[in-house]
Amino acid sequence: MLSKKEKKMILRIWERITPVAQDIGAEALLRMFTTAPGSKTYFSHLDISPRSPHLLSHGKKIVLALSEGATDISQLSVTLAPLQTMHAYQLRIDPSNFKHLSYCMLVTLACHLGDDFMAEAHAAMDKYLSAFAAVLALKYR
Amino acid sequence: MVEWTDFERQTIADIFGKIDYETVGAAALSRCLIVYPWTQRYFGNFGNLYNASAIKINPMIAKHGTTIVHGLDRAWKNLDNIKDAYTELSILHSETIHVDPDNFRLFSDCLTITLAAQMGAEFNADVQAVVQKFLTVVVNALGKQYH
Repeated sequence: MLSKKEKKMILRIWERITPVAQDIGAEALLRMFTTAPGSKTYFSHLDISPRSPHLLSHGKKIVLALSEGATDISQLSVTLAPLQTMHAYQLRIDPSNFKHLSYCMLVTLACHLGDDFMAEAHAAMDKYLSAFAAVLALKYR
Repeated sequence: MVEWTDFERQTIADIFGKIDYETVGAAALSRCLIVYPWTQRYFGNFGNLYNASAIKINPMIAKHGTTIVHGLDRAWKNLDNIKDAYTELSILHSETIHVDPDNFRLFSDCLTITLAAQMGAEFNADVQAVVQKFLTVVVNALGKQYH
């Protein structure tokens, strides 16, 4: 459950992150590929070396989707409907990877925001990312 | 037995050589109690945990956080035999304190993020992987004596 205060914290963080969406997104992906090598199997068709154009563009897409979702969290299942379909029927990424990426996103935010990524913000963001992942996987079965 | 590369050994030694145990310990444990509030179940006698602000200034929590991070000393100083190094602590957590081993993972996640927030860009993907591997090995060792 997210309080009003937490939703504001989440939104403020994404507003700060959106201008550097591709850097943050690429970094989170790279962290995931390094710590959960199985996740790389979904990217065999792309060049996912550090700072590659594919990695940057893919990272940007992910961060922008997270950022957009944060503008109205109560409407996540509406906002994410097209992505739900894509992940369920086309991409079919095992949902354990959503957890890996979420955690790596938290680490990336911690590295970039330092002390600003205080425990309350971490808690709120963790809850948001879990909710986002859960909605994303809803059409899987 | 766990194999460690030179890079991994060096990274671990560097990190534990330079962190301030009190700051990191307090931050990691308070973060854990705030982000995963159900972990507070083990801290009934630790005073005021009413909200995040109270947890962050609680001196008993700060002290205990330091104790926990020092508990990692026997791991990084015994990288080649972490399993045996933790037999005693594993029995303690299982038979005396009765801690669900899933909590070790939750604390590790918070410790990793605390280190990331402190180290910034230096905490790159490769360093993160080393820290996660190290903590996973410790967590496994801590769970070994649970029956």
